[in-house]
Amino acid sequence: MQKHLALDTHRVDHLLIAEMVEPGSRVLDVGCGDGALLHLLAETKSTDGRGVELSRERVNACVMRGLSVIQGDADRDLADYPDQAFDYAILSLTIQATRYPKTVLENLLRIGRHAIVSFPNFGHWRIRFDLMFTGRMPQTPNLPEPWYTSPDAHLCTIKDFANLVGLVDAEVENAVAFNTSGQRLPIRHSLSLQNLLGEKAVFLLRKRAER
Amino acid sequence: MAVHPPLADVEADKGRNVRLAEANSPSSKLLLLPESEPLRLACDQLLGPISIAYETYGELNAQKSNAILVCHALTGDQYVASQHPVTGKPGWWSTLVGPGKPIDTNRFFVICSNILGGCMGSTGPASIDPKTGKPYALNFPVITIGDMVNAQVRLIDHLGIDQLFCVVGGSMGGMQVLEWAASHPERVFSAVPIATAAWHSSQNIAFHEVGRQAVMADPDWCGGDYHAHGKVPRNGLSVARMAAHITYLSEEALHRKFGRNLQERSKVTFSFSADFQVESYLRHQGSTFVDRFDANSYLYITRAMDYFDLAAERGDVLANAFRGTKTRFCVVSFTSDWLYPTRESREIVHALNAVAANVSFVEIESNNGHDSFLLEEPEFFATVRGFLSAAGMKRGLKT
Repeated sequence: MQKHLALDTHRVDHLLIAEMVEPGSRVLDVGCGDGALLHLLAETKSTDGRGVELSRERVNACVMRGLSVIQGDADRDLADYPDQAFDYAILSLTIQATRYPKTVLENLLRIGRHAIVSFPNFGHWRIRFDLMFTGRMPQTPNLPEPWYTSPDAHLCTIKDFANLVGLVDAEVENAVAFNTSGQRLPIRHSLSLQNLLGEKAVFLLRKRAER
Repeated sequence: MAVHPPLADVEADKGRNVRLAEANSPSSKLLLLPESEPLRLACDQLLGPISIAYETYGELNAQKSNAILVCHALTGDQYVASQHPVTGKPGWWSTLVGPGKPIDTNRFFVICSNILGGCMGSTGPASIDPKTGKPYALNFPVITIGDMVNAQVRLIDHLGIDQLFCVVGGSMGGMQVLEWAASHPERVFSAVPIATAAWHSSQNIAFHEVGRQAVMADPDWCGGDYHAHGKVPRNGLSVARMAAHITYLSEEALHRKFGRNLQERSKVTFSFSADFQVESYLRHQGSTFVDRFDANSYLYITRAMDYFDLAAERGDVLANAFRGTKTRFCVVSFTSDWLYPTRESREIVHALNAVAANVSFVEIESNNGHDSFLLEEPEFFATVRGFLSAAGMKRGLKT
């Protein structure tokens, strides 16, 4: 009953991430918010989960509901973690709010055997349309804040992100773009099309094997 | 002709006698370790026989898996959730520990022992040295936080408990929690170090030194031998407590409580009497403390805290203290605590992250300074409750 309710209210990207995670694995959720994803993963995949969250209120809410979460900062605190300490290091809708996205991504790939990153796609047609016809920074349900209060300092498109993946010597194991209704578009089909139609994307990555 | 001593002296004698009685035959439970089972101290001396005074609350389950050890702070004692035999006050953490409380004694078996070096029944400088028949006083060896924990280990062995479900404590209690987790990781399922640090800062050592010098400057301290002279270094210990008490509060808390308000007078008296409420409050704190605490114990315990440095014994790398640990940690700090600031809790968290330990870390917003950990802070209580209930599920405890 509770499980059913939880699934009903879960974010689409969380459900997609949960599909990518092997049962029983060790997971670090960076920017875990109120712990919804950690909770979902624990419930559906029996993961051993940890979280890092910037907001003190949200950290406290997580710990009160029994999740292992620390107050910390993706830019500052990931360096403390040892190599390959987790099966998955997850950054869900957070990379665009970090100060050094490349360093953060490198750290995720170092700490986890896999990294999972979800982000809002700035290449989506509505954003392009808004920028083209209004000449102003787009505000959408995914990016609701005006530019001067938005925490999203480093927005990127799906193509931009795919490019960064190459730069940090990682490879894409799986990638899914999706739209508002949660309909998924397998990204390998056409990167340009996904970049145009996907509102958000989830990438499953791993460090490229040494050559 | 009968000579009647002044009334104040009679009262002081009575207080001293009650205190000495509690130091040597406490009202609580008592474990006696014979001379044949001495404790090897960090200073390499053997200490024995040893008394460990303790209280328990709730029931130990059949699997002996629901035991929580509460470690007390500098001036605390084993009466965590029951009436203090000297002051008559309720237990010092009775808001947190008890039936239905965050540390729920309906669910958990709670143990709290007076630390080694204390003065409420565990062996300390006020205890009678069996070799001389007199209090140890300064013949008591200098002890460490590690020694205190080793004494607790004996108690836990005696109770037949292999693994504690949780070790929890604030301030110096938190140091004991960290020492337990570092030195006996397999015996600690979960750990809650609160408002504490992995080493005592220079500033904290400095405050302790002021306190010790105040005690030792009191002529009634008698070079530590005040028991033999029938005296108590009241003034010295009282000043030590007053100075320390300021460090437990915050500027904001003091201002909110007292401001510049005058004590039962409408204007200043151009004298050194307690014109201000804050002065009167501190004097009261000092004098009530003397009634319940042994001056030499204060010297020894503050010294043990000064010596505490979890990293120093492990190649100066704090993470080495926790390598391979399976213990679940919940580190708690308070925003206005300047004695054990959040920064120092964060150092513990960083070390735990460095070994990929299972750790939660919460900073609680409070303006009550270091004392916050002893107060009923709803967010703090909810954190402890949430953490213990999740850990309890992992441990397979019945809800």
